[in-house]
Amino acid sequence: MSDSRAVEPWIRRSANPKLDRILVTPEGVPLNVTVAAAGARVGALLLDIVIIIGLILLVTLIGAALLWAFGLAFDGAPESASGPLQFLAVLWIIAVFLFRNAYFLYFELGDRAATWGKRAVGIRVAARDGGRLTAEAVIARNIVRDIELFLPLIFLTSGEASGTMTDLTAVAGFLWVLMFLLFPLFNRDRLRGGDVIAGTWVIQNVKKNLGNIVAPAAAASGTEGAAPSARYQFSDEDLAVYGEYELQTLENVLRSDQDEALQKVAASICQKIGWEPGSGDERAFLEAYYTALRARLERSMRFGKRRKDKHSAPE
Amino acid sequence: MSSEQDLGAAVLRSDRFRLEREADWIRLEAIVTRMEKGKARRLSDEDVLALPTLYRTLLSSLSIARENSLDAGLIDYLEGLALRSYFLVYGTQTSFARWLGSFFGGGWSRAVRAIQLDIWIALFVMIAGAAIGYILVAGNSDWFYALVPGDFSDVRVPGASEEALRGTLFGGQKGDGLGVFAAFLFSNNAQVAILAFALGFAFAIPSILLLIHNMALLGAMLWVFAQRGLTVDFVGWLSIHGTTELFAILLAGAAGIHVGRSIAFPGARSHLKAASDAGKRAALVMAGVIIMLICAGLLEGFARQLIDNTAGRFGVGGGMLLLWLIYFIGFGRDRRRPGA
Repeated sequence: MSDSRAVEPWIRRSANPKLDRILVTPEGVPLNVTVAAAGARVGALLLDIVIIIGLILLVTLIGAALLWAFGLAFDGAPESASGPLQFLAVLWIIAVFLFRNAYFLYFELGDRAATWGKRAVGIRVAARDGGRLTAEAVIARNIVRDIELFLPLIFLTSGEASGTMTDLTAVAGFLWVLMFLLFPLFNRDRLRGGDVIAGTWVIQNVKKNLGNIVAPAAAASGTEGAAPSARYQFSDEDLAVYGEYELQTLENVLRSDQDEALQKVAASICQKIGWEPGSGDERAFLEAYYTALRARLERSMRFGKRRKDKHSAPE
Repeated sequence: MSSEQDLGAAVLRSDRFRLEREADWIRLEAIVTRMEKGKARRLSDEDVLALPTLYRTLLSSLSIARENSLDAGLIDYLEGLALRSYFLVYGTQTSFARWLGSFFGGGWSRAVRAIQLDIWIALFVMIAGAAIGYILVAGNSDWFYALVPGDFSDVRVPGASEEALRGTLFGGQKGDGLGVFAAFLFSNNAQVAILAFALGFAFAIPSILLLIHNMALLGAMLWVFAQRGLTVDFVGWLSIHGTTELFAILLAGAAGIHVGRSIAFPGARSHLKAASDAGKRAALVMAGVIIMLICAGLLEGFARQLIDNTAGRFGVGGGMLLLWLIYFIGFGRDRRRPGA
C-alpha cells in the first residue's frame, strides 16, 4: 500500500489522481486501486439508511397486520391479545436492533464486502495493508458507526421530540455529527473513524471487459496477403515520430471505431509523416500504422527503453 | 477464424502472448463473476480448486504484460480482474458459523486477556465512580437529583420510606411484560456499552467519564438504600443481572480505553497501525460484550422478577460471575501452545 513516488510506467492516473493508490498483494504484485470518493460514500450511506428505514417500516407493517389479524381472531378482547402483543413487541425491538447493527455486518462480511448501497455506487471495503479483510475488522468499523451516526441522530430527534433539547445541546450534538461526518475529508485515504480503528478503507470496484485485439485486420495480413493493410509499409522515420501516449490514443480511436475520428486521426498522421491522405481506407491504414508503431515500441521496450510520448527523445 | 489460426497470424508478440493465455483469463473471470453474485456454492469442485492457481497465473500474466505489451485496454482488463480475484482469494473466508466457533472456542477469552491492563484501569475507574457517587450524596443529598435522571427515580429518592424502597426490590413478579422489558433493557444496555467502547476513539477520556457517570449513579442509589438498611437486599437485587451487565460494561469500557491508549501512545508503530491493531482486538471483546448483555437483559427481565429473595439472587449472580471468570481466565489457553 506504499505510495511509491518513483513514477513507474504502469501506475494509473485516473480522473482524480489524489485518490490513486497502490496496493501490493501478498504475492508482491502491485495493483492500482482508487479510493472511493467522498460523494460515493455519502450516496452509499444514504441508500443504506433508506433501505434500513424501509426494512424497519416493513417489519412494523407486518407486525401491525399480524396484530390486526389477532384482533379479528380474538374478537378484539384486549386481555387475550396481550400475549401475542408482547411477543410481537419483543420481536420488533430485536429486529430494529439487528437492522441497525447487523445489516452492515452481514453484507460487509460477504464475498463482495459491500452493503446494497455500496454495491449500487460500485465501492467496497478492503483491508488497508493488502491482507485479508477479517471479521474483526468488519465488526470494529461498524461498531464505531454507531457513535458516528445513529447515536447523534437518535439524540437529536428524541431531544427534539421530548422538548428537553436546549439550544446548547442541539449545537453540541450537531457539531458532534459534523465532526465525524467530515472526518473522511480531512485525511488522504478518505477514512472515517471506523476505518481508522479497523484498518480498512473503501475503494472503487473495477470491472473491465476483455476487448478484442486492437488491429485484427493487420494481424490477419501475416497469412492472407489479400488483407488491405499489407499494402502499407512504414519506414523507421515514419514510426519515430510518436511515443506510447500517441499509441494509446490511437488504440482508443480504433477501439471506439467512429468514422469521423478515424478520418481525422488518419489525416493528422499522414500530415505528420508526409504522406498523401487517401480516403475510404482509413481503418486499414490506421490498423497497419498502429501495429507497426506498437511493434517498434514494444521491441525497444523489451530492451528496457520506453518512450512516453512524442516529446520525449526517441530511443 | 479459429483461435489457433489467430495465433499463427498475430503479428505482434504481445498479441500472441494474449491469445495463448486468454482462455485461462476468461475462465477465471467466469468463476469470479459467479462468486461475486453469491453463487459460489454452485461452482464445481474443479473451479474452486483452480481459483488460486488461475489467480497466480493472472498475476504473472499482468507482470509480463506490463513489461512487454503496450495494449492499454488489455492491461486495464488484467488489472481489474486481478483486483477482483485478489479480493475473493484473500476475502473474508471464514463463514459466519465458523467464525462464531473459533470465537467461542477461545478467540474471545484470549482477546479479553490481551487487554488485561485496560480492564484493571476500567475497574479502578468504575469503583472510584461508585465511591464518588456514594460520598457526594452522603455529603449532600441534593447531589442525588443531579446524578439520577428524573424518570429513573420514581420512589427511589433520598428520604423514601423503607417499605417504598423494599417494594421496588421485591414483589414485582406480575409476570406480564417481562419479555418486552428484557428486550428493551438489552437494546438500551447494548447502546451504552457500544458508546463506552466507541468513545475510546477520543483518547479514552470520554469512555472514562461515561464509566464514572454511570457508576456514580449506582453509588448514589446505593446510598439511598443503605440509609434504610437495605444494602444487602439492594446488592442482591442488583447482582442477579449486575454481575453480568457490569462485567460487560467493564469490558466495553476497557476495550474503549485500550483503543484510546493505543492511539495516544502508539509506541514504535504508526498511529494508524496501532489504532487498527487495538481496534480489531477490542472488536472481538465487544462482540462478546453484546452476547453478555443479551444474557444480562434476560436475567434482568425474567430471573430478577421471578426469584424474589436475596439469597437466590446472590446465588444466580455469583454463579454467573464465576462462569464468566472461569471462561475468561481459563478458556482457550491450550490451543495457543501447539501453535507457539
